[in-house]
Amino acid sequence: MTIQHTPQQPADTGAVSPTERIRTRRILGWVLAALALVVAIAGSLAIGSRDIPLDVVWNALLHGSDSSSDAVVVLDLRIPRTVAGIAAGLALGVSGALIQAVTRNPLADPGILGVNAGAAFFVALAVGVLGITAVEDYLWFAFLGAFVATVVVYLIGSTGRGAASPAKLTLAGVALGAVLAGVTSAMLLSDPEAFNALQSWNAGSLQFRDWNVILPVLPFLLAGLVLAAAIARPLNAIALGDDVSLSLGVNVLLIRVLSVLAITVLAGGATAIAGPIAFVGLMVPHVARWIVGPDQRWIFAYTLLLAPLLLLVADIVGRIALRPGELPVGIVTACLGAPVLIVLVRRARVSGL
Amino acid sequence: MTTTNSKGTAKAIGRVILNTSRRPMHRRTRIVTLILAIAAVVLALLALGSGDYPLSVPEVLRALFVRDGSFEGTIVTEWRLPRVLAALAFGAALGVSGALFQSLTGNPLGSPDIIGFSTGSYTGALIAITVVGDTYISTSAGALVGGLTTALVVYLLAYRRGVQGFRLIIVGIAITALLTGVNTYLLLRASVEVAMSASIWGSGSISLVGWDQAVPAMIVLVVLAPLVILLSRPLRQLELGDDAAQAHGVRTEPARLAILVVGVALIATVTAVAGPIAFIALAAPQIAQRLGRSAGLPLVGSALTGAVLLLLADFVAQHLFPGGPVPVGIVTVCVGGLYLIWLVAVDRKSSSM
Repeated sequence: MTIQHTPQQPADTGAVSPTERIRTRRILGWVLAALALVVAIAGSLAIGSRDIPLDVVWNALLHGSDSSSDAVVVLDLRIPRTVAGIAAGLALGVSGALIQAVTRNPLADPGILGVNAGAAFFVALAVGVLGITAVEDYLWFAFLGAFVATVVVYLIGSTGRGAASPAKLTLAGVALGAVLAGVTSAMLLSDPEAFNALQSWNAGSLQFRDWNVILPVLPFLLAGLVLAAAIARPLNAIALGDDVSLSLGVNVLLIRVLSVLAITVLAGGATAIAGPIAFVGLMVPHVARWIVGPDQRWIFAYTLLLAPLLLLVADIVGRIALRPGELPVGIVTACLGAPVLIVLVRRARVSGL
Repeated sequence: MTTTNSKGTAKAIGRVILNTSRRPMHRRTRIVTLILAIAAVVLALLALGSGDYPLSVPEVLRALFVRDGSFEGTIVTEWRLPRVLAALAFGAALGVSGALFQSLTGNPLGSPDIIGFSTGSYTGALIAITVVGDTYISTSAGALVGGLTTALVVYLLAYRRGVQGFRLIIVGIAITALLTGVNTYLLLRASVEVAMSASIWGSGSISLVGWDQAVPAMIVLVVLAPLVILLSRPLRQLELGDDAAQAHGVRTEPARLAILVVGVALIATVTAVAGPIAFIALAAPQIAQRLGRSAGLPLVGSALTGAVLLLLADFVAQHLFPGGPVPVGIVTVCVGGLYLIWLVAVDRKSSSM
């Protein structure tokens, strides 16, 4: 999906041009990131309250369950959990990159802008008030919540004088997120029985995710990723401003609508799997931009690897930090992401990308 | 200054002119103060009368003033009165603390709950509980130190050629996210008993406040009150700018430090007993200013508005919230978040945010 955006140059040209060197370095970095992701996946399968040697993990993967408890742990707990981490990480990272690109706001993140809180609120409504328990059904509520929150935050941020500035948009998102998170936790507290399944989920956790939570969401995430890949190039033009992108022949409104659609599906899907997790969508696109520069296509390509890497590593840290207990992954990403947010806001040009 | 007669006359005339021109404002402030005080008393009586064993206002008054050991008397004075008094006193303290900080930072969003002091107080208190043990002194000292440290860290991290409101707020949000993570970690590591008592408190609740908790906190607040009155004059001078304040004989830096310490002490005292209660400190001074149409942020008005707001929020949390009693902090987060959205939406000069 990502390689298609990086047309390979014939390698046998004699002199190496600077652009080619940059491209080689980007591809090399991408391969390194892919290797790191593989290591993180291995770690996520092996490390936990019960450490399992890698060869046992490998055997379980190859030969299926031999009814040893280690193999059962790997197959029934660790693999779904790792897949959930990869899927949620991908979705959060790419939706963060999208939301930063389309709002031209370096502080944007589906968590900070209240999108995940909106999805979580609607899921809590569906589960608690309407009594919906199947993921296939409440998934739609997650999408609806993410969509409503995105639109509301954008509307609030762009009312009044001085249209949607990064500052206003961020504050509007934080405020809406606070309200929705407050109402959600009030609902969870008021009826612990009905919301039992949602308690750990609401802190942002990958624990106890099994296939019937993950599988229904995956097609939607895939669709969101394809959509994001399709609009990567026009988003480059939008980064130059609405006027320039119009003169370049980009249908700005259409791209905006498609972006909101992709953000909705990705952030809503990630929240349906793992609960509201903030800061992944903030950090990863910035790291990617720091490595590859402002080209959205490369940012997406790197985000695809770095975001799952970050979420898996954060999840592993959460498993180790409190042995034999666990720290929810959302807490770990908050601790990692908060310093990044501070560094970003301290930079001189906070308003532009 | 008034050595000659003519100067004295001029001053007298000036005072007359000033008085006549300012009288409507004074009268309005006085009326608003009176109305707020009456509202606080009426609400307190209603709160004392409502619950599983409802009492009418005359019954409440009788129970308060006639000590005949009746069941009604026990309910009102032993069970409900500490909570109501705590709501009034804590609300007033939060309101004043908010007014001090907003005046000091010159920004409606520069309030201690937004920029993370209450979360910091909570962290300090948690550390004190886990290290020293759960006594009133250790909790309060921990809350105070935690709040002050957080204040200092947020201020320093936001400092870059002066402190700009938006940067202060985003740094505060980041630090809050970080400290929330730390708090979760501490809670998960703590013993079950500590975690139980600490987590009720973590969402901001005065439901478990009895005389044992209310009396020491109120003593501290009563001690702090004269300091606030002493500081109100330098505070007004500082609002005019450092130069004007110096010209009026205010030593600006010591005054600023004293205001900071008193403001943090107020909010830390509340947090030590009730946990982090958000948004009262944000909203009360702004509401008081609009009600009284005063030039600066009125301290008395803020105190009364804060008291009324917290009592009202606690009443809603206890009796009116759908799905049973919830911690008051959840109600204030919801209401205050809506208020913050409104503040962002109607913001006319977005540079101030």
